Amino acid sequence: MAKVIIIGGGPAGCEAAHQLANQGIEVELVEKSNETGGNLNNWYQLFPDRKYAKDLNAILKGHLEHPNIRLHLGMEPKKIEKSKTGKFNVPLTDGSLLEGDSLLVATGFKIFDARRKEEYGYGIYENVITSVELENMFYNHAITTAGGNTPKRVGIIHCVGSRDEKVCNYHCSKLCCITGVKQAIEIRELLPEAEIFCFYMDMRMFGPGYEEMYREAQEKYNIKFIRGRLSEAAENMQKQLQIKVEDTLVGKPLRMTLDMMILLVGMESSEGTRQTAGELGLNLAPNGFIQPQDPHYRNNFTNVEGVFVAGCGSAPMNLTDTLADARSAASCITAYVKNHKI
Amino acid sequence: MINFWGYSISETRSINYDKNDKAMTEYIAATVPSSKLCIGCGGCTAGCTAGNLTDFNIRKVQMLMKRGETKDAKEQLQKCMLCGKCMLVCPRGVETRKMILEMLNFIKTNQKLED
Repeated sequence: MAKVIIIGGGPAGCEAAHQLANQGIEVELVEKSNETGGNLNNWYQLFPDRKYAKDLNAILKGHLEHPNIRLHLGMEPKKIEKSKTGKFNVPLTDGSLLEGDSLLVATGFKIFDARRKEEYGYGIYENVITSVELENMFYNHAITTAGGNTPKRVGIIHCVGSRDEKVCNYHCSKLCCITGVKQAIEIRELLPEAEIFCFYMDMRMFGPGYEEMYREAQEKYNIKFIRGRLSEAAENMQKQLQIKVEDTLVGKPLRMTLDMMILLVGMESSEGTRQTAGELGLNLAPNGFIQPQDPHYRNNFTNVEGVFVAGCGSAPMNLTDTLADARSAASCITAYVKNHKI
Repeated sequence: MINFWGYSISETRSINYDKNDKAMTEYIAATVPSSKLCIGCGGCTAGCTAGNLTDFNIRKVQMLMKRGETKDAKEQLQKCMLCGKCMLVCPRGVETRKMILEMLNFIKTNQKLED
């Protein structure tokens, strides 16, 4: 039986494992943390249908209980080698050795470290938090300032760590716009009295139902959208944030005091992605993500034969696209092992 | 002339792109290529020292210049103090300070030619 090694047990890795196993292929799934799900574990509800992240996670996890799948949790590859015969040898941190006919890189993304955008004050001002920390507040059904008060005015800042050459990221993280809309609605549900603002450069509503959700945010949830990029934030004596933006549609600089500021942190290629790419000699795109062979019809193929990529290792993707990409990668791998008569 | 009917003729407010003189636009695009990268986010204007006290709006000035509305742009330029704070903010790396200086240069050279 053909065997495939998957590096990374996030949504892409899990979905690909399930699809490959169903095709009668043996799967070795390696995940560095003690549970699968990756970044999905940090999310409360998903756009656009407000599905609970844990429900999707449970489905993905349930699929792994397949006789063809062996799960290696809490383990990392010590190194990844391709032998002369085209096999992949992956010794793990527990001393075991995996051997596979093909390798799928599903090492995903990491969240942009908001401290790098120092002028926004994350890690300096107590009421500046990231979109990931906000998800945790949703999980606990309580949004409070660091001082324990109910915020009266909340600002959501788009494009933090994305589309910004000052932090060396030219790329758009794609998901933050719709995440901002979703989170603004969730804040409204918990804080009916608060004023809620989104500060954006462009609203990129690329998926089905996204534009409708944006419209609903305006119409039903009274979220206000201001077109302008945050220039800087300062803290006052009451630990509020004083922000400076230009209201570009009015054409005037705007000052505003916020009780809480949420940074929509973007996506960067993860350490795991870079490390795996380094060991296998995979080409990276200028944005640091893995460069597929072709953006249309060979988007799961890398420059190394037998090595495939799925999910956010190759680009920022929403969950819909990540899961579809994983299925696509699985079908490419199935064809690969068949053609090589493994 | 006495206006009998209570009407007057006002000039159009729209940008007449066909008629506008784009000499400055072309000059700036050539001398400061990074100026083409602006996405109009307004980060520059938000922190602008001059814009805080006057109606100077650097984002608008360069947009006007790009559309050939140079008359409006010229009137605004003198307000910039060239502190360069806009450059520190710009997510697209536009050399805003150089852009302002080159716009001033262009005006100066053209006036000399006219004189």
